[in-house]
Formats: sequence, structure tokens, C-alpha cells
Amino acid sequence: MKPQDFEFLSKLLKRRSGLMLNPDKVYLLESRLTPLARRMGMEGLDALVEELRRTGSETLTRDVTEAMTTNESFFFRDRTPFDLFRDQVLPALKKRRAATRKIRIWCAACSTGQEPYSLAFIFKEQEFQWRDWTIEIIGTDLSRSVLDKARSGLYSQFEVQRGLPIKLLMKYFNQDGDVWELSEEIRKMVTFREFNLLDSFAPLGKFDVVYCRNVLIYFDQATKTNVLERVREVMPSDGTLFLGAAETVLGITDRFRPVRGQRGMYLPSDATDEVMAAVVA
Amino acid sequence: MRSCLVVDDSKVIRRVARRILEELDFTIEEAVDGKDALTQCEREMPDVVLLDWNMPVMDGLEFLKAIRSMSNVRQPIVVFCTTENDMSHIRTAMEAGADEYIMKPFDREIIEAKFAQVGLM
Ligand SMILES: C[S@@+](CC[C@H](N)C(=O)[O-])C[C@H]1O[C@@H](n2cnc3c(N)ncnc32)[C@H](O)[C@@H]1O
Repeated sequence: MKPQDFEFLSKLLKRRSGLMLNPDKVYLLESRLTPLARRMGMEGLDALVEELRRTGSETLTRDVTEAMTTNESFFFRDRTPFDLFRDQVLPALKKRRAATRKIRIWCAACSTGQEPYSLAFIFKEQEFQWRDWTIEIIGTDLSRSVLDKARSGLYSQFEVQRGLPIKLLMKYFNQDGDVWELSEEIRKMVTFREFNLLDSFAPLGKFDVVYCRNVLIYFDQATKTNVLERVREVMPSDGTLFLGAAETVLGITDRFRPVRGQRGMYLPSDATDEVMAAVVA
Repeated sequence: MRSCLVVDDSKVIRRVARRILEELDFTIEEAVDGKDALTQCEREMPDVVLLDWNMPVMDGLEFLKAIRSMSNVRQPIVVFCTTENDMSHIRTAMEAGADEYIMKPFDREIIEAKFAQVGLM
């Protein structure tokens, strides 16, 4: 691949999705975009770049951006962020939101839906506690194809075995050969929406809990800071943020602080001692 | 270190499972069918049994029922690991006292995730 083509593509991707590509990732561009080029009847990556340069086509730009996203996800990924949610965050929120009986949760890069659905399982499993509450779980992602899959609730045998307890599989899935279909009662608990983290969060409203997991790793430092500081703006001071296992706020922003002893969990820096005390280990 | 008894009539599967589980810090014993497994359990009870379903002599379900009916023993955790991948088999296994259920083919990640679910990691 020509250096100027690499530069063209990496600039475009950075602008469109925040994706940061170092020159050692040329192979990634080639392995993901060559199949896309072929599907569109083009010779290869060179032709694709040529086409993008010449037309600036929005559709093609979008396809290229989507093709370069990494969409791996699984149910109850890393477990702790979901155990903490169920055992620490929810009981505290239940008390603090007793007046409004409303909780809003945002999965900010939800990919194929396993993350928001894992949260839906948690609520469903303690259904009686939340009978007269309004629980909103919103999953967003910039990729349309992952959102289609998330909405369909269709997962492969491989996908339903990574992280999903067999009892939940038995209770909430229907089997059709090798395909497992998530039941309507769980699917309707989650709303999916196309959304780019580089855009303004204003249309989304406020959230009590934000999962922003395994997406910041693809961004450069400035973009990480920018996204996290805006996440802070969409939550009250008693909100909670969950990041991925390889992500942190340390050295990125001082608007959040880690919770001692609780991996992956962060509170706004101005959270009161009382809020902190409810969740520290 | 925890002990795992790998029960499968396929030597290849036993070898693959052994490799994965040894990396996860388990000590491994192997059994070629349910009867063999039962004999080994009577001698020394493992912490966990990774259990195939279809095997000659005594199948996995029979083994499970036999183990669960033993009193005065420390009951092992039992994780099925089988090509039987339909809901009715899963139900039958869970009702007979299995703790988790893996549908073959499996890989390291699946074993790790399932073992974590039953509190083994
Ligand atoms: C590895 S997945 C993470 C899925 C899930 N949060 C998890 O931890 O399992 C990363 C997702 O981030 C999405 N993504 C990447 N850049 C994005 C952006 N600028 N705005 C919204 N989503 C983005 C990708 O489409 C991809 O689905």
C-alpha cells in the first residue's frame, strides 16, 4: 500500500470514527478493506482509495468506517462489571431513585448487543423488585450492521457459550438449529440506536449508568479525554461509569475517579462520600 | 491446585481438554467412559468432572445420575461437554444435576468462561 494512501485512509478514519491507526497496522487496512473492495466489484484496495478520493462518496466512506471497526463482544464480558452493577450499583440506585423510580443506562458502543442484553437479564432476574419502575437500557453504536444483529437477537452457538450461564440460555432463548434467538421479553427491554461517539451527546438525555467499554482503546489520547469528559456531562454526580479491562481514566481525565477495589468502575470526581461509600470494596 | 476428571471416549478430545485445563492450573485425570469415571471417583473424588454424553459402556447421563445418588461423598461440580446441542438434552442434563453445559466444539475461552461461571476460577 502506498504511504499516501495509508495517510489518506487513516485521516479519514480518525475523522469519522476516532479510530487511530499507526503505520504498523497497514495489514489491518488491507485485510479488512480488500474484501469490501472486491464485494463492490473493484480490483483491490488501490481502486477503493482511488474511488474515495475521486467521489468522496458518503456511502463508501461509511462502509469503510464500519469495516474497520472491531465488533467483538460477549455476554457478561469480564463478569465483574456486571456483578458490581447487580450487587453494588443497583441496590444503591434503588434507594436514591426511590422518588422517581426511573433508571436510565447507556451502553455507548454496544456492538452486537451482548452488553445491554446482559443488563436486561439482571433486571429480568429480579423482576419483582422493579415492577413499578421505568428502566431504560439504550445501546448505541456507529455501525449499522452490528445494530441490525443486536436487534435481531440471533446468536450463534459459539456466541451463546461465551459468558452466558446455561440457565439463562434455557430461560430466555429459543433454538433454531445452530441459531439461538433471544426471547421477545428481553429484546424489548433494550432500545438500539445508531450513534457516533464523536457527535454531541445532547440528543441522548441523561444517564445514571454508562458502559463505555472496549471502544476508547481505539482512540488517541485527546479523543479519549474528550469522550469521557462529555460522558461526565450526561450523568448526575451520583452516576457510574464502567470502562473495559484495558481502559482507565487515570492520565486521561480528572472528572472521574476509580473506585477502590472495584475494577473497571468509576465515579464522577465530585461524587459525595456517601455515594462512594455505597460502592467501595 | 484443583483436580478435574476429563471423561470422553475420544482420545483427541481428552488431549485437547487436558491441554486447556492444565494451562488453567488444574491437575487432570482421564476416563474413557462413565464406568471408568465412576470407578475413579470412588477412589478419589475430583473437584470437577468434564463430561461427554455419548460413550460406550456407560454414558455421561448415567454417570451423572450415579454420582448424584451417592451419599456421604463430596459432590463434584459436573460440566457436560457434548455434541448434543438441543434444548431437551440440556434440560435433561440440568435436571439430573449438571452444573453447566458446553456444546461442542469448544475452545479455551468457552471452557474458561464456563468454569468461571461455576466458581472454579
Ligand atoms: C469491541 S466493541 C465493544 C462492544 C462492547 N462494549 C464490549 O465491551 O463487549 C467496539 C464497538 O465500538 C464501536 N465504535 C467504534 N468507534 C465508534 C464511535 N466513534 N462511535 C460509536 N461506536 C463506535 C464499534 O462499531 C464496535 O462495535
